[in-house]
Amino acid sequence: MTDAHTVTFRAGDRVRVRVANPIGHVRTPYYLRGKGGVVERICGSFPNPEELAYGRNGLPARPLYRVRFLQRELWPDYAGPPTDVLEAEIYQHWLQPEDAPP
Amino acid sequence: MSGDHTHGAHDVRADHDDSLTYYQAMEIAVRELLIEKGVLTAGDVRRQIETMDARGPQVGAIMVARAWVDAAFKQRMLEDGSAAARELGLEIGPLKLIVVENTPDVHNVVVCTLCSCYPRALLGLPPDWYKSRSYRSRTVREPRAVLAEFGTVIPDGTRICVHDSTADMRYLVLPRRPEHTEHLDESGLAKLVTRDSMIGVSVIET
Amino acid sequence: MTLPDPHRSHHDMGGLPGDTVVRAEHDYAMWEKRVDALLVLLGDRQEPLVSTDELRRNIEGLGSEAYERMTYYERWISSIAQTLIQRGVISVDELGRRIQEVTARESAHD
Repeated sequence: MTDAHTVTFRAGDRVRVRVANPIGHVRTPYYLRGKGGVVERICGSFPNPEELAYGRNGLPARPLYRVRFLQRELWPDYAGPPTDVLEAEIYQHWLQPEDAPP
Repeated sequence: MSGDHTHGAHDVRADHDDSLTYYQAMEIAVRELLIEKGVLTAGDVRRQIETMDARGPQVGAIMVARAWVDAAFKQRMLEDGSAAARELGLEIGPLKLIVVENTPDVHNVVVCTLCSCYPRALLGLPPDWYKSRSYRSRTVREPRAVLAEFGTVIPDGTRICVHDSTADMRYLVLPRRPEHTEHLDESGLAKLVTRDSMIGVSVIET
Repeated sequence: MTLPDPHRSHHDMGGLPGDTVVRAEHDYAMWEKRVDALLVLLGDRQEPLVSTDELRRNIEGLGSEAYERMTYYERWISSIAQTLIQRGVISVDELGRRIQEVTARESAHD
């Protein structure tokens, strides 16, 4: 399991978004769960929104990354050119190295 | 039933033209209770509305125009959008800004699929369509079709990068400077910059 | 007909099919601006009373029918009120009584 607080990934690392479908407040969209991408940058560390949503302080802060995905890998029927991409911010505790066992 | 429709007229809505709705009554109730409890004052509410009314795309346009005329500023802005905004004296509060640049190779467009995150300090309040089910569902999956609905056709040789504003960052698109604008000064350039071009659904044509 | 995936929360709509984007916009009504102002005043202070995260979570918790039926700022004021109740800033009783009073007061003017 990836540590939630110590910065683990760097720009260029290949990562996969973990699959999990809890109830409760999360900021990892459903359509990205299980998808692989590349870390574009680390945004910094921020209080965990999954805790802030319940009136708790969300500390210690958690690393947040922008991850770039190829659209053709997100959507089986993607109609645009293969170079089209999507970037989203994902918290570290939702990321694993791409080659980690699922 | 679609969540795209705003109930009532699609134009200016005055309060008290109909009877009070339940939610309008709730707003009054909550505000009165908070004032009575000393949490805030009526003056606070008034001042915040004035602050918000003063914000609009003309603020973001200042950053765009400066970036167009000053390459070093543009570089700083692309590295740290918030610092660049503050450098220009813009009041952005806690906004964590990432500016993404349109080039011949990349066209950027911004969406928030989970709610309606938007760089309000730079663009004002978001338009209804940005918050609509259609925009939020489709832009991540078929950006070229959505852009075409805005009259924007991006050639296949230019890749599209969709930014889903999922967490703490907010996004501003730096549109391409239109041609035949060499004669314009910074304030003239700022007047060309539209809100939709800073969201990424449009480009600026001369 | 494809049934909605039970794992996907109603607000989490990225990638779902949708209609043509309707580009109409409306000028914000005063009550909507006041709701917006309330959120900023309650969140952007030394000790926030309503965070953006609580706002979102309570909107997400409205349920799919309410989410679709309510307008944007109706969802906001409902969520702000819910959060204030959760935090103990206002009570359910106070809110209920005051809404009744406001409604009666406004009807008296009609």
